[in-house]
Amino acid sequence: MDVLSRYEPLVEDFAAFEAACERPLPSVVRVNTIKADADAARAALAESGVDAEPIAWHDGLFEIDGQPGANWPYAHGWLHGQEEVSVLPALALDPEPGDRVWDACAAPGSKTTQLAALMDDRGLVVATDNNLGRISALRSNTERLGATSVAVTHEDARNHSLKPFGGDPYDRALVDVPCSCEGTVRKNPSTLEDWTMEHVTGIAGVQKGVLERAIQATREAEPSSTRPVRSPPRRTRRYSTTSSTPPTPASSSSTSRWIAVPASPSGKASGTTTASNAQSGYTPTSTTRAGSSVRSWR
Amino acid sequence: MSDESTRFDRLPATPADSESDDRPTREGVLEYWSDRFGVDPVTFEGYTFWERGSGKIWAFADAFDLDSPVDIEGLGMSFLRTRREHWKPTTDAAQRFGRAADACVIDLSADEAAAFMAGHDQEIPWDGDWGYLIVTHELAGRTEPIGVGLYLHGELRSQIPKGRRREF
Ligand SMILES: C[S@@+](CC[C@H](N)C(=O)[O-])C[C@H]1O[C@@H](n2cnc3c(N)ncnc32)[C@H](O)[C@@H]1O
Repeated sequence: MDVLSRYEPLVEDFAAFEAACERPLPSVVRVNTIKADADAARAALAESGVDAEPIAWHDGLFEIDGQPGANWPYAHGWLHGQEEVSVLPALALDPEPGDRVWDACAAPGSKTTQLAALMDDRGLVVATDNNLGRISALRSNTERLGATSVAVTHEDARNHSLKPFGGDPYDRALVDVPCSCEGTVRKNPSTLEDWTMEHVTGIAGVQKGVLERAIQATREAEPSSTRPVRSPPRRTRRYSTTSSTPPTPASSSSTSRWIAVPASPSGKASGTTTASNAQSGYTPTSTTRAGSSVRSWR
Repeated sequence: MSDESTRFDRLPATPADSESDDRPTREGVLEYWSDRFGVDPVTFEGYTFWERGSGKIWAFADAFDLDSPVDIEGLGMSFLRTRREHWKPTTDAAQRFGRAADACVIDLSADEAAAFMAGHDQEIPWDGDWGYLIVTHELAGRTEPIGVGLYLHGELRSQIPKGRRREF
């Protein structure tokens, strides 16, 4: 079966999409602002003889020639090899210094360390994964990058315990669930050979379970009436990247790519539609749980 | 399961708060970094120190003042080994906090730095204390710590862990 044909109803120019999937992925590094800034990293790459082109849409991303790991700034933890698109979810979650953040499926920690950097390494990032081998990669990344605000837990995220952290709910959560991996085809062309619908349906249950735990473990937004007048609205946001199975056979040709949850936006009643899904042009398909909304945008 | 313990115990503040005489204390850790490397204890305000297993000290940016003990896989970064008579900072701690050091810091030339990063021992003159040193080099106009070296008998021995060594 041609796995990617499932995407045809979703994509305007399918031929261009297929062509894009065949282009090899460029080597991209993210500057780790816990240890260095973009100018210093660029100068250090130049000193190390590595050609680096800044990526226009975000400060501190460079496309480089060759492997990310073989140069001085990498050895110092100034850089982390990270795909361009993988930088987006943490930016959308937009954590602030001092926040309590849960990264539910965290290994090997590209997004964990980016979250810690966005928070100036102040606050708490709890990084959970259920795979010990991958946790060891996560730990070596957090340590090389000098992230000291990260706590690592080994558990099934569906049963995540807040106890070690005092029991208080999180301000934000990122849910980067395991998936069917079609999206990694540019890095790993053989990924489509192992693709099965059974795996997709199986993993969808895990995805849902992790997302539900994240919703429980994240605090509700404060009602606007309790906020001091001039302070910005505190929003609870949960951001999840997943390809999950569609809920009904009728829509089985479509795949949800993002599940993002702005809960109680701007102090409005919970569960209301927000501007962001209007902008995105996707249609919300499901809403769950009192006080928070899950939208699966197709 | 890894063979490592998952229990982190927060270091007692001072020897008076400690139940045993040979457990390291927060005070002892701050004194060590200040006496040996000249790192101002203020640098570690906001951090708590935790022992995992015997003599493995971790530094954690503890914004929420966690209750000890904590049973998890990682808490901040591994920071210091206190099991032997001579304490030893980790590579990660030297990189993260070594910029604040002004004693027992040895600055290497480009070639020496490359050999150090590759894990080689080198004969290098040094008229300071023997023992563990923070090793730096120039990168992008800064003096940047690479890791920890053991200086003994005229030789600087690289302590870069095997998995982190690189040939440039
Ligand atoms: C897409 S990867 C995460 C990538 C990571 N967020 C990053 O940016 O480096 C998904 C991860 O989920 C983990 N995982 C799978 N099932 C899980 C579960 N039930 N609980 C926690 N983690 C799980 C896998 O081990 C894998 O590391």
